[in-house]
Parts: sequence; structure tokens; C-alpha cells
Amino acid sequence: MDYEITLLTTMSISILFALGLNFVTGFCGQISLGHAAFLGTGAYTSALMTKASIPFLITLPASAMTAGCLGFFIGLASLRVRHDFLAITTMGVGFLFVGIVRQQDFFGGEEGISGISSPGFSRFGFLLLCIALTLLFAFFSTAIKRSWMGRVFESIADDEDITSILGINVAHYKIFAFVVGTSVAGVAGALYAHHLRFIGPDSFGFVESVSVLAMVIIGGVGSVWAVSFSAALLSVLPMLIQFVDDYKLLFYSGLLFSMMRFSPGGMASIVKKMKTNNEKSS
Amino acid sequence: MLYLELFIQGIVQGSLYGLMTLGLTLVYGLLRILHVAHAGLFTLGGYIGVLVTNQTGSFGLALITAMVTVGVMGMGVYKFAYEPLLKRPPFVILIASIALFIASEEIFRIIFGPYGLSYENPPLKGQVEIFGGMKIKVGEIIVIGFSLAMLSSLAWLSKYTRTGMAWRATVSDPDIAQAFGVNKNKVRYLNFFMASALTATAGVFVALLNNLVEPTMGSVPSYKGLAIIVLGGLGNIRGTLIASLLLGVVESYGTIYLGKILDRDAIAFGLLIIVLMIRPKGILGEK
Repeated sequence: MDYEITLLTTMSISILFALGLNFVTGFCGQISLGHAAFLGTGAYTSALMTKASIPFLITLPASAMTAGCLGFFIGLASLRVRHDFLAITTMGVGFLFVGIVRQQDFFGGEEGISGISSPGFSRFGFLLLCIALTLLFAFFSTAIKRSWMGRVFESIADDEDITSILGINVAHYKIFAFVVGTSVAGVAGALYAHHLRFIGPDSFGFVESVSVLAMVIIGGVGSVWAVSFSAALLSVLPMLIQFVDDYKLLFYSGLLFSMMRFSPGGMASIVKKMKTNNEKSS
Repeated sequence: MLYLELFIQGIVQGSLYGLMTLGLTLVYGLLRILHVAHAGLFTLGGYIGVLVTNQTGSFGLALITAMVTVGVMGMGVYKFAYEPLLKRPPFVILIASIALFIASEEIFRIIFGPYGLSYENPPLKGQVEIFGGMKIKVGEIIVIGFSLAMLSSLAWLSKYTRTGMAWRATVSDPDIAQAFGVNKNKVRYLNFFMASALTATAGVFVALLNNLVEPTMGSVPSYKGLAIIVLGGLGNIRGTLIASLLLGVVESYGTIYLGKILDRDAIAFGLLIIVLMIRPKGILGEK
């Protein structure tokens, strides 16, 4: 039973993290190649605060806040730089985060922080908390997507300049998207830290940022259920393909490449295609 | 004296960055692709360099073999990975390219083992003394000289030959160039060949200076390469060269004076973010 609980907790945290990025990239069309930095910010905030014996229920919102504050600044940066430049800037933030954490003894340096205390409830209780938070955010995302705000996001993703000509303050929406998307990543980070009880700079590197972006894209950019599904699948994939062991990363990158090469719209577009085919044939 | 030594190290590193990233800029300038897999080709160049030198004992032959093989591989990458995706949103190609790069690292690891290879008999290992008893490796002099030669011949080719003109015309306006009878596809293949051949030489030289090739040697140029071409103003060749040299020198001093706070990669990206916040389109990007 323990194994299943661990598996489900990992899955749930990944879904939350991916949905956070989906809010920024999928809804608002702002690419982020450094989202793991926000996961890391949340994780380190919570880990350090717990070490100072502050209860988990306070460190959790605090993680959301620190990650969200950082996200606010990236949101500001996204007003200056766009498209490919934004992609590289966010990637830079990711490297900067790892670089700073790695060199400071305060953050545990290369060794990271181990022995993070348990959040104070059973493993099953913790799993329920993760699932509850993930569901909460999934519903919030769907609600936003259906609301007028979702349409504004869509329009910004489509063409920023035209949106601002329509009299919409693009800056506010972009910053809002970044703050929400990054605070959620911060929450996911706090959960991650207390789930694994150990964090280090390598857990939040570029590969993590790429894999979460891969979850969003393989699922289908912007679609909440498809992103959740692909995040669930991809997060446990490494455990499921243990048998290919040495070729794990090759398999993973091969999958990612073929997905981009043959179905760039992700799983959502495959399902859509199958649906329309069914309708045609019936 | 330390200042001067650091400066020369910075210039050497900067020249290597220049050789690596010029190809990235060529690709971006023509097709707007952030070509991360370029670094996989760089690693391939390094491996071919070491393997051929160890087999035949000739460094020159190794360099040429690396350039040609990697150049052809580069054209293959364009043909099979990028061409079908050109009409898709840019992040699709970016992710595909990252995936390709990770896969290439894994393939090198599986074929050649995780610990890397070295030259059995490292070529060009002497040192020369220049003013004030300061020593500089022959290999480093060759790196600076070779990049200068490559870059100036490239500049000459693009300015004074028909092919060069066709290339420049396609960069500035593909449709009009095509209307004047320029074959768009030929230009693209040529572009990928040149870009990949250049990065292959960078791989060979990095392998020479460190006397080591390893599967992960591409990870630094891949992401830092992107930082450099963005710094220079995407697609801007002169900007890329300036940014390469600038980053080489800043890193060289930075690791000494900022090493306690930031690691080497973080310095590069810190510089990138500062410059972009001041000039959002890079040092020489259009306004």
C-alpha cells in the first residue's frame, strides 16, 4: 500500500506543478523554460522554515508567497521581453536559481537539505491533502478558462498587440497569470519537499523545467484535463519503464521528440481527431 | 599580471563560444529556430576529433573529417527534424530540439561510455612564453587564430560570392529572394552545413584544450549558446561575436571574483538577464 501512496502522491504533485505552468503557458501563451525554479523556491522556503520549527500549515502558504513574489518579477520581465527572448530569459532564471542555491551554505549548497520533518499527518492524510489541492486548482483553472478572463488570456496568447488595441490592459493579465502559475508551483514545491524529505539543487534544474513543459505540451497546451492526464502519466513513467533502466532518458527523449514531430498538438489533438473521425464514419 | 592572464583566458574561451554560437545564429537568422541540438553536433565533433586523431595520428585530418561529417549530420537534422515542423508554433521545434539533444547525449553515453575519451597522444601541447614570463598554450593560440580565420573567411564568402549573396538575400527576405531565382532549400542546407561544421571545430578544440570528450560536454554550450545569441540580438552575427567575447571575459573574471556567490553558468545568465532588461532585443538587436 505504501508504494501506491508514494506513487499517487508523486503523481498528484506533478499534476499540480504542470497545471501551474499550464496557467502561464497554456492559457496566457507565455512560455516558461525555468518553471522548476519556482518549484525550487517553494521547496526551499518550506524546508528552511520547517527547520526553524514553523508548522507546515504556515510554511505552505509562505511557499506560495515567495514563489509568487519571484513570479511577479518574471511577469514584469515578460513585459520587456517576448517570445524567444522570454523563453531564454526564463531559462536564465532557472540557471540563476540553481547557481545561487548551489553556492550558498544557507541553502545547504551542493548537498541540499535533508531530514525535512514530516508535515504532521499520516502518509495517507498527506496524499489526501495533495489531491485536494490539485483538484482545487484544476477546478479553479477550468473556471478561469470558461470565464471572460479565460478569453482575455486566449486573446493575449493569440496576439498581444491586438488585445491591447481592444483596450485591455495586457500587462495586468500577464502578471496575474505569472503570479498564479508560479505560486501554484511554489505550493507544489512545498509538498514535494515534505514528500521526499530531501531537496538539492539538482532536483530543480533545467531538465525538470523541460519535463514539466513536456507534460503541458504532450497533454495539449491549454487543456486542463489533458495536461493532468499527461502529467500523471509522465511523472510515473520513469518508474514504469524501470525495465529499460539504462535507456530511460533515451526512451523519454525519443517519446518527446516523436510526439513533437508527429503530433505537435499533443494528446488532446489526437483525441479530437479520433472524435471527428468517429463522427464522420457514423 | 593576473588581470592580463584572465583576460587572455577570457578571449580564448570567447573564441570558442564564437565558433559554437555562430552556427546557432546562422540557423536562427534564417529560420527562427532555437537549435539546441546544435550542442549535440558539437559533442559529435569532439568525439570524431579524438577518435580520428587516435586512429591516424593526424590532427588536421581529424579536424576536416569532423567538419564534413558533422556538417552532413546537421543537414540531416534539418531535413528530418525541423523541415516538417517549420509551420508549427516555435516552441514545438524548441522542445523537439531539446529532446533531440538529450537523446544525442544518451547515445554518446551508451556507445562510448560515461567516462569520456582522451587523446592518446595530445597534439599541440607545447607552451610559448610571451612577455613577462607569462605562458600560453600553443593550442590556445591556434584556437584564437583559427576562429579569426574561419570568421573572416565566412564574412568574405557571404559578402563577395554569389552563394553568399543568395544566402544574405534569403535571410533578409525569403520570398523576394526566391522570386529572383534563389533556391530556398539549397540555401537552408548550406546554412545547416556551415553551422554544423563550425560547431564541430569548436568541439574538436574544446576536446583538445581539456584533453577530454565526454557525453555531457554539450550541456554547457547548448544553453549558454542560447544565452549568447540572445545577448547578441537573435540572428545578428556581429552581435553574437561581441557577446561571445564579452561573456568569455566576464566569466573569466567572474569566476575569480564572484565564484563564492554564483557558479559559472549562473554568471552567464545573470549577465544575460541584466542586458535584456536594459536592451530587450540584445546588444545589437534592432530597436
